[in-house]
Amino acid sequence: MNCKNVVRELSNYLDDALDQGLKQSLEVHLEHCEDCHLLVDTTKKTIQIFCNSEPLPLSEDVRTRLHDALLKRLRRPKD
Amino acid sequence: MEPARAKSIDTQASPVDNESVLVAAARAGDISAFEALVTRYERKIFRLAQHITQNTEDAQDVAQEAFLKAFEHLAEFQGNSRFYTWLVRIAVNQALMKLRKRHNKDVSLDEEVKTEDSVMPREIEDWGPSPEERYTQRELAEILARVIGELDPPFRTVFQLRDIDELSTEETAEVLGISVPAVKSRLLRSRLKLRDKLNRYFQRGVPQ
Ligand SMILES: [Zn+2]
Repeated sequence: MNCKNVVRELSNYLDDALDQGLKQSLEVHLEHCEDCHLLVDTTKKTIQIFCNSEPLPLSEDVRTRLHDALLKRLRRPKD
Repeated sequence: MEPARAKSIDTQASPVDNESVLVAAARAGDISAFEALVTRYERKIFRLAQHITQNTEDAQDVAQEAFLKAFEHLAEFQGNSRFYTWLVRIAVNQALMKLRKRHNKDVSLDEEVKTEDSVMPREIEDWGPSPEERYTQRELAEILARVIGELDPPFRTVFQLRDIDELSTEETAEVLGISVPAVKSRLLRSRLKLRDKLNRYFQRGVPQ
């Protein structure tokens, strides 16, 4: 396993979708390669930061407009 | 190691039963039940629309149209996928339509994906533990919206569905009408590009 293979398998590794043999040789590489170790760590953090980030609340103005518009349309009797 | 997307706490876990009750009531025409569903998901749907369209006004329209469409088509919701996944499917289609209209051209989701050579990471630096904690929630949301907006639509859409809205690879492929290998290769590229872009915010010593 070389650095290029690590990049190619990175997504599969982070999603825990590698078979045991490939996973093992990737992890052996990580033990010896500081760059790949950091690449895996920071890519993992990238995914976690996005995945765990809470969506911001809508401003009161935007929220009111959304709900008013929906109610107006939904209450309208069907043709 | 644990998969990167495993969350410590699933905030949506317990209200699921409640959700199927709401969906059933909304399907029977109960508008207040539908409004409760809107309240539950409006922030996530708005973020999805904002990330894909990169335009606040469009995102508001998309959210509104998506919820309206969802209400009108509730009878077609089979209940064999999560309600949120079904809602995301509607919202992402609305968002892509908006994007095409705004740019007055076809924003193709099938465009040719370049080979790995162009995705080789550039700066590799240590971020330290919990680099996101150096920012407020609002600052972080703005940073994430900015960097995802720098990706081309086919890439940011795949990343949004897989790594933010947590659809499976298969669901993402189905929603976007592309193949599973295409989802995988775009996801890898998106993750690497976003990692590169976030490096300037999260490497040790930034922003202090
Ligand atoms: Zn390496």
